[in-house]
Amino acid sequence: MDKMPKWADVVLIPLISLILAAAISALVILAIGEDPIAAVKLMVDGALGSTYGWGYTLYYATNFLFTGLAVSVAFHARMFNIGGEGQAMLGGLGAALVCLYIPWPHWSIALIAAAAGAAIFGAAWAAIPAYLQAKRGSHIVITTIMFNFIAAAVLNYVLVNLLRPAGSMDPATARFPEATHLPSLHDILAPLGIAFNKAGPANVSFLVAIAACFAVWLLIWHTKLGFEIRAFGKSEQGALYAGISPVKITMIAMLISGGLAGMMATNNVMGEAERLVLNSTEGAGFIGIAVALMGRSHPFGVFLAAILFGFLYQGGAELALWTKIPREMIVVIQALVILFTGALDNMVRMPLEKIFVTLRKGKA
Amino acid sequence: MDFLTLIQVLDSTVRLSTPLLLACLAGLFSERAGIFDIGLEGKMLAAAFFSAAIAAVTGNVWLGLLAGVTASLVLSALHGLASITFRGNQLISGLAVTMLAQGFTVLVAQSWFKQGGRTPSLLAEGRFGPITFPFADSVAGVPFIGPIYSELLSGHSILVYVAFAAVPATWWILFRTRFGLRLRAVGENPAAVDTAGVSVVGLRFAAVMICGLLCGLAGAYLATSLQAGFVKDMTAGRGYIALAALIFAKWRPWHAMGACLLFGLLQAVALRFQNIELGGLTIPVQAMDALPYILTVVILAGFVGKAIPPKAGGEPYVKER
Repeated sequence: MDKMPKWADVVLIPLISLILAAAISALVILAIGEDPIAAVKLMVDGALGSTYGWGYTLYYATNFLFTGLAVSVAFHARMFNIGGEGQAMLGGLGAALVCLYIPWPHWSIALIAAAAGAAIFGAAWAAIPAYLQAKRGSHIVITTIMFNFIAAAVLNYVLVNLLRPAGSMDPATARFPEATHLPSLHDILAPLGIAFNKAGPANVSFLVAIAACFAVWLLIWHTKLGFEIRAFGKSEQGALYAGISPVKITMIAMLISGGLAGMMATNNVMGEAERLVLNSTEGAGFIGIAVALMGRSHPFGVFLAAILFGFLYQGGAELALWTKIPREMIVVIQALVILFTGALDNMVRMPLEKIFVTLRKGKA
Repeated sequence: MDFLTLIQVLDSTVRLSTPLLLACLAGLFSERAGIFDIGLEGKMLAAAFFSAAIAAVTGNVWLGLLAGVTASLVLSALHGLASITFRGNQLISGLAVTMLAQGFTVLVAQSWFKQGGRTPSLLAEGRFGPITFPFADSVAGVPFIGPIYSELLSGHSILVYVAFAAVPATWWILFRTRFGLRLRAVGENPAAVDTAGVSVVGLRFAAVMICGLLCGLAGAYLATSLQAGFVKDMTAGRGYIALAALIFAKWRPWHAMGACLLFGLLQAVALRFQNIELGGLTIPVQAMDALPYILTVVILAGFVGKAIPPKAGGEPYVKER
């Protein structure tokens, strides 16, 4: 019998972890001489109080949706893909090549092609660590960390030496042609009579991210492959006994994971910057880990967690603008969320389990 | 390349290897005891900031060193709490420690010094000065041996010598003492150590704290010797290069020194020459940056000898009931 009801595991533990992280963050804000309540008000106003704020919140959330889903899929196969950052960088390269070198008639076709290009590049970057894990037993965490750094070097080389337009000093590609520019949420919502601020960078790829959530949910819980991935994640021995090939599942799960991380490029590279710059990922690959942990690797949980982190990012930018609290506050909050929901999970779980067991004994 | 240039490159190799070596030995203690640590980077960063901050405020580099080491030990204790006491995921904990340091250092730096997340530049008394060996100046003119003695061996900060002395010390502790034997055993087969009546938790905490101490030295070296003060993200991935060196060395102290010197040489060469011409072929500087990581992946893949980590690494120990 389970020690705890399911709702406690899914809702209560993340909630308590979040409250702990928030409480410590509040103490930190107090310690640097600012008012935490005013800070929260400012964040809510800045991130959710206007469609301008929402435009940024949803833009960040789109990035985190892709990387969060990427980490989740790998988690289901009990693999820790810490390389979302590198895979997203390479995804950016894939999207940039598709947008720059093929003349597209319309943004919709360009989006499909760029998403495919980004996914292929991202998946390819995940393929080598996956193969080494599956065939040679090389620890995937270490190899994906190494591949993040290698990706940064590759991107640096490609941008400085190959893709930089002649005469430009900036290590970035040329701007993508007009036809590949994605419509923003303003453009999409205007015909429906909803006024949405023009300035926010949120764009149509937010809808792609939601579609990806749905696709991952279908894959993991409603296909044979998803069942195999989960079975492999629960017990490699059991999966082997059931005739599931560990090599195949490791490869496929990591390819999907890398592809999802790569597809982030449709948002940050194609949708927002409209060219590929150095460090376009801005750490979103690592935030994906926090998002996946927070969302308990379920697409709906990932969706909520991504919106939460989108809010934190936009709110944090507002804080940096109007108070003495620097942007790095968000990095601290993010670290605390990872710490409490990931590493210190048992610290919250053990006392809670005791409470539930005592409660149940009291009833019986 | 003339002889003097070679000496200069080797000299900067020694300087750049030092933080890698200290962090690598730190990781060696932790991982040999079965606790994976991908948070070396974060501990170095925290130590770099606090050593620079306290050295800047007090003007005493030793107090700075103490503060840096303390900061690193606190993060180590957190890692131990998460991965030993609460049996959490060691990799996630290491990642959280690094992120915490990345955010916290800038936050505190901004709040204390208001210089955009950096500390004020350290003056002479806030830094570890060079230690000049006896007769270094007088033998400098002697051909060949002179420059090696006075440029390459002499004139480094004390932490450089500490780092290189830590290599035989680590070897001796791990392979010639009872504590070392138990520490290695706890990384291979904790149940056996437990059966022998030795505390697994105690040993692992000891290893994690030694790791914190060495990371603290590495971070303090960065901010008070190699450079004069703290700047945002100044570790620049060195913690991960140290991790790479650890795997490259297959978790052995002397090999760790070799790996760190090799990776330090790559950094020194990349720093001095941008692109290298080798027989008509140009090696871009980015290839030099990526080389440590590529080499590590190759080693991990087992194409050049197999890197087998300590057997119980990454697994929390649960006592049998």
